[in-house]
Amino acid sequence: MHPAFSVILLTTLLGAGQGLFLAMFTGQLYAIAHFLPLQTSGFYASGSLLALSLLLGGLAASFFHLGRPERAWRAASCWRTSWLSREVIVLPLTMGLVAAYALTHLLGWTAPWFRVGALAVDLSLILGVLGTLATLALFVCTAMIYAVVRFLEEWHSPLTVSNFLLLGTASGFMLAAAYSAWLGNPLGGFFGTWAVILTLAAALSRGAHLLRNARLEHRSTVQSAIGVRHRALQQKAQGATGGSFNTREFFHGRSARTLRWVRGFFLVAVFPLPVVLIALAHAEVSSTMALTAFGVQFVGLMAERWYFFAEARHAQNLYYQSVS
Amino acid sequence: MTQLALVIDLNVCVGCHACVTSCKEWNTSGAAGPLVDEHPYDGSPTGTFFNRVQTFEVGTFPDTETVHFPKSCLHCEDPPCVPVCPTGASYKRADNGVVLVDYDKCIGCKYCSWACPYGARELDAQERVMKKCTLCIDRITDDSLPERDRQPACVLACPTSARLFGDVHDPDSEVSVAIRERGGYALMAEWGTKPANHYLPRHKTRMHIAPEDLERVDNPLRREDLTDYTGEESVDDVAW
Repeated sequence: MHPAFSVILLTTLLGAGQGLFLAMFTGQLYAIAHFLPLQTSGFYASGSLLALSLLLGGLAASFFHLGRPERAWRAASCWRTSWLSREVIVLPLTMGLVAAYALTHLLGWTAPWFRVGALAVDLSLILGVLGTLATLALFVCTAMIYAVVRFLEEWHSPLTVSNFLLLGTASGFMLAAAYSAWLGNPLGGFFGTWAVILTLAAALSRGAHLLRNARLEHRSTVQSAIGVRHRALQQKAQGATGGSFNTREFFHGRSARTLRWVRGFFLVAVFPLPVVLIALAHAEVSSTMALTAFGVQFVGLMAERWYFFAEARHAQNLYYQSVS
Repeated sequence: MTQLALVIDLNVCVGCHACVTSCKEWNTSGAAGPLVDEHPYDGSPTGTFFNRVQTFEVGTFPDTETVHFPKSCLHCEDPPCVPVCPTGASYKRADNGVVLVDYDKCIGCKYCSWACPYGARELDAQERVMKKCTLCIDRITDDSLPERDRQPACVLACPTSARLFGDVHDPDSEVSVAIRERGGYALMAEWGTKPANHYLPRHKTRMHIAPEDLERVDNPLRREDLTDYTGEESVDDVAW
């Protein structure tokens, strides 16, 4: 597949934004349980606003993928069958809940409404729980867009969903750690620990996905594509000399060496390097180091997403093996 | 229920591209707007086509055969491109089974092209919507045309009648008989998309001609036959 920059940016920004919101609300939950010191409302509010701006950036990037962005509103209509449509519905819902959560903290509407045992339930808690559910649903919707396409056998796996979930939350918690470190907040260590755990879990999931795809045998062959049962079968012409949509959309046009290079880069930049950097940042109480850890991982995730696309070989490519 | 489809006979397709040009001509001139054609006379012409003829070589030189393979939307009975469309622009007509795109609803997200294993859908670079073979829906449903013209442009253009058009759900139609009696098959049947279009396989047409087929052994005009009769009659004298 051709890796479209708009989609790379869309999925990485959304993942980081969703992860950051989850980190903010996790911080609040831990503080309610007295595992962590309670932060000021401003901490949760500006963190959630940062998450919201990442989600907005992702939404903006998605428009560049569309041929007719002015009709994007129509995309909400087929939620019964299309995961893309479901994402189009869940994304603004998530953004709304994140914005409401930020606003609740910003305006200090945190007076308890009622009590469940020792738990004082306020508006931010309710919005946080709803936002968490929406965020997780958004991860599933985004990943299922890719995982549901059975003709892209590299993507057609539950590992695609776990990758999106774990890589997104890892980068979000890494950003939360950087955000806390930048504020000089004691939660940096907490977010950093979770970022490391999620990064390692993501490494397992992505590693398993890479191994699966390395051993993948495609279901279709040139023989089944044109229905001629002969071992020696070679394409001589594809019906167009200057390429077509089929050659532009489904081929990345890079060498196998470039692919290996990108894979090596993301395997270093997403997993071990940010873990080392965030540990160093914690040891040396360095906010720049923590920001670097997030930055390196984010760039690595963009490379990871590029590779995710480039690695996938669509069944239709069997019809486009040579020009003439 | 009717399911209109094409049956393409690979045994007689000569790869002349007449179906490609007539398809482009008809479909670029209709009410749905032109099909883009970029750099048509330059080094790398590209554009939107509903139908393309590809060429494959079977075997190893010198024992090779050339297979010309016209490829267009197969109008699957279970089209995987339809449910993934977020806007409902991609649909299958209930009355005749043709898979179509509503160009006014399409947002050009290309998702349906990912969900088609045959590469039958193309994004039009100028109109920025997804386009595909319509089986010339504006011809085949136009009652003002004479009956023989109510066929896709590619079928009418084919000089070798390699393209048959009809209802594959009617067991007595020309296409159903061709599929049944001439080994019609579906492409990439392993995906369960149930393509309505079928292909007829190549087969060797060999005729064995013995010398006796060219010249009668007991040809009465042969020299040795021009002998003087002596009154007796042979079987040939009474039977020819």
